[in-house]
Amino acid sequence: MNTVFTLCLYGVTVILLIISFGKDKKKTRMALKRGWRIFVTVLPQFGAILLVMGMMLATAPPETIEIIMGKESGVRGLLAPAFLGAVAPVPVLIAFPVAAQLLQNGAAVMPVAVFVSTLTTVGFVTMPLEMRYLGKKVAWMRNLLALLFSFVSALAVGAALG
Amino acid sequence: MKGFAKRYGFLAGALLLNICLWIVLPHAGRASLAFTGRNVIAFLVNMAPVFVCIGLLDIWVERETMVKIMGEGAGVRGATVSFLLGSVTALPLYALLPVAGILIKKGCRIANVLVFLCASASVRIPLLLFEIASLGFGFTAVRCGVNIVIIFLIAFLIDRVLTDKDREKIFGINGEGA
Repeated sequence: MNTVFTLCLYGVTVILLIISFGKDKKKTRMALKRGWRIFVTVLPQFGAILLVMGMMLATAPPETIEIIMGKESGVRGLLAPAFLGAVAPVPVLIAFPVAAQLLQNGAAVMPVAVFVSTLTTVGFVTMPLEMRYLGKKVAWMRNLLALLFSFVSALAVGAALG
Repeated sequence: MKGFAKRYGFLAGALLLNICLWIVLPHAGRASLAFTGRNVIAFLVNMAPVFVCIGLLDIWVERETMVKIMGEGAGVRGATVSFLLGSVTALPLYALLPVAGILIKKGCRIANVLVFLCASASVRIPLLLFEIASLGFGFTAVRCGVNIVIIFLIAFLIDRVLTDKDREKIFGINGEGA
């Protein structure tokens, strides 16, 4: 699925580039230079995020999620998976199948839902980069609100699916 | 100097941590670098077109046009465009921050930038089938439905709290030459 998205993105980009090039060669070159400059500016931060991700995957295999999850019940049982999702920069392509495995092994729906929610919407490792673009205040508020609403979303999924 | 530390501090810290890891647990340290190497390649392949598009958008789209589509006065239509733009992507939130930066530079309303970012994180149309396959249709449907409401709630809650000074600062850090 991700491959389809990447291919579409390449297709659209190539078409836009051709149109741009046809209209104005100089401007197109300027656009490419601009994109390159923005890329180089954020590269160190991206590198750091990817490195943290690598360390996490190397020291804690995906099965660790299984150990951390599902020991306690009720709202307290949601705290550990929520925290795990918020701090672990794990790509969803790795995390979703692990979450699916958990559900198949009989884990409760709510902890899995809160984990999926915080994993995708809250990112403490990526907050320095977020602050660089959105400022401290917005970055903090967005992450804290996303954390809070992850519980709401998990409760809804839990209530709907029992 | 401060800018330099800000730019490379995080990377230096992460590298140092990885070196420590290598010394304490040589196997994990090597595995981490191997993971990172593979991730970097996948990341570059995924991100190359994004940065080309950022460049094209910066050069071709006039500020006035962007303000009309996603700016202060764009209303419901602006929020809808932001939501759709966010939900058609399948990249992690942090990867789209440079896109958010260019949107802010072009005068996109902060609330709409947040709708874009939040939508890209929790309602990813290209990944829906994958989510349904892994976690089931019910799970995915309820999660997405609830999250559509949450996305707008978060964006407009933050927008309400921001002062004019906060806004100026955010537009400042993403302005010309940033």
